[in-house]
Amino acid sequence: MNSEIALFLIQDGLTNGAIYALLALALVLVFAVTRVIFIPQGEFVAYGALTLASLQLGKLPGTAWLLLAAGMAVAIVESVQALRFGAVRRIPAVIFTYIIIPGSLFCLAWWAAPQKPALTLQVLLALLLVVPLGPMVYRLAYQPLANASVLVLLIISVAVHFAMTGLGLVFFGAEGSRTPAFSDAHWKLGVLTISGQSLWVIGTSLALIVALLLFFEHTIYGKALRATAINRVGARLVGVSPAMAGKLSFTLAALIGALSGVLIAPITTIYYDSGFLVGLKGFVGAIVGGLVSYPIAAAGALLVGLLEAYASFWASAYKEVIVFTLIIPVLVWRSLTTHHIEEDEE
Amino acid sequence: MSALLEVRGLCVAYGKVEAVHQAALRVEEGRIVTVIGPNGAGKTTLLAALMGMLPARGSVSYAGKDIARIEPEQRVSRGLCLVPERRELFAAMTVEDNLVLGAFHRYRKSDPTIGADFKQVYQLFPRLQERRRQLAGTLSGGERQMLALGRALMSRPRLLMLDEPSLGLAPLIVRDIFRVIGGLRESGVSILLVEQNARAALQVADYGYVLETGEIAVEGPSADLVSDPRVIESYLGLVSGGAG
Repeated sequence: MNSEIALFLIQDGLTNGAIYALLALALVLVFAVTRVIFIPQGEFVAYGALTLASLQLGKLPGTAWLLLAAGMAVAIVESVQALRFGAVRRIPAVIFTYIIIPGSLFCLAWWAAPQKPALTLQVLLALLLVVPLGPMVYRLAYQPLANASVLVLLIISVAVHFAMTGLGLVFFGAEGSRTPAFSDAHWKLGVLTISGQSLWVIGTSLALIVALLLFFEHTIYGKALRATAINRVGARLVGVSPAMAGKLSFTLAALIGALSGVLIAPITTIYYDSGFLVGLKGFVGAIVGGLVSYPIAAAGALLVGLLEAYASFWASAYKEVIVFTLIIPVLVWRSLTTHHIEEDEE
Repeated sequence: MSALLEVRGLCVAYGKVEAVHQAALRVEEGRIVTVIGPNGAGKTTLLAALMGMLPARGSVSYAGKDIARIEPEQRVSRGLCLVPERRELFAAMTVEDNLVLGAFHRYRKSDPTIGADFKQVYQLFPRLQERRRQLAGTLSGGERQMLALGRALMSRPRLLMLDEPSLGLAPLIVRDIFRVIGGLRESGVSILLVEQNARAALQVADYGYVLETGEIAVEGPSADLVSDPRVIESYLGLVSGGAG
């Protein structure tokens, strides 16, 4: 291997690693706030990429229908609950949030798709169609069992993952899609060629990480999410409802997932089931951080990206094996170095 | 005077074991009412149920409205606030962020008077202002209780429920905390105080209930309870009283 290839692999690894880092952060966030191991994270990646691909072909993406149906389902669940608790006044707000808004987004997509708007608008539309699915999935699948054990929540995640993969096949078919790059620019830097798309990926990831940091440090809702992660009972006592925190964390996770999908769609061909492997690599990164530490999770995910790049060069047949084997030494190291921390603050 | 909180026939059960049985109590606006009783009598369970943290049967009316079926978060935004025995602070966040979160429901309504309340809490507990950048988990026991009280005050409660505010604190700090509780009544906050330190509780309260094995055994104005031979024997006598 000469230095040119080594540098190329680093660029490749960092680009993928940036995506994995975003996904790892989302997984840590969702787990900390709701104790859900968010396996369907990858489906949001695939949905984001494939929704954008459909829009570029001028077709109405299947996710628009899904948004409509999921919104309807949530509206029914919420209305039944409101009636049972005698809170009829809540129903108009429910109808607005879960029927009128998804309905308007559906109409917007239906009207805009055939006109093939500019790429930025397409990306925005794809995000608008996919991201609201996050809180809806939380409301339908997780909220009724929010106090169940981590294992039960994991089983729900597996079920949601299979359901979403199946729906992906129905909506997008078995063929893969690749979208055109955001930028065709290339820069020569010594022996290395830097592609505009990798800069887009790394830049957007960094921007999103900084935005998340500001959100958690400086906004009342960010603080509320941190509080829920630290002490659920305390959060309830100051009026932070676990349902609100759950929906908010799932919205962020869906946003991160869909945006990651949009970013990698020009780099690799995405199939309806590609999200799972991408998400799983983010998960390996999150495990390096013990599902609690954001910076270590992000660093772990970058390591996964680099390892994957070098593995695909030296032993491409064993690429996935090598990446996922990383988890064994990490788990051994963690079990040896992590001492049990008392949850009790007193 | 009208009752701010009126509880009738409240039963709370853990599975088949009933921890609170047919409890009835009233808190009038602007008063301090205390519930005393031995360990395991169901005092903490009673407060948790009033906050909506535990499922309960019976009627709970607050400010003239039935609140038995609403969530704890909604009770907070109606001015009900619980400072639990375990404080339940956000240990890995700063003192200031803990206070900010106390006012969470008011930020949601963009209440402009939050800043003034910050000043008030810092005035009440200057120690919290000194340590506002410190993590809550690094505070001493007394400071944690101050922070728990401060966080509760940031929600601007109408009825403040305090569960064993003196538990595990040095006598000097206990005196401070009770002074603050007495002062809150002056500013119009109604207080439901649960205590094992019966002497201190009856000194500050207007009215008292004695809870024994889940049932209200005795009730009356504090002055009467202090001279009730049963109360003196069980809770104020030299053997069990005077501690902590």
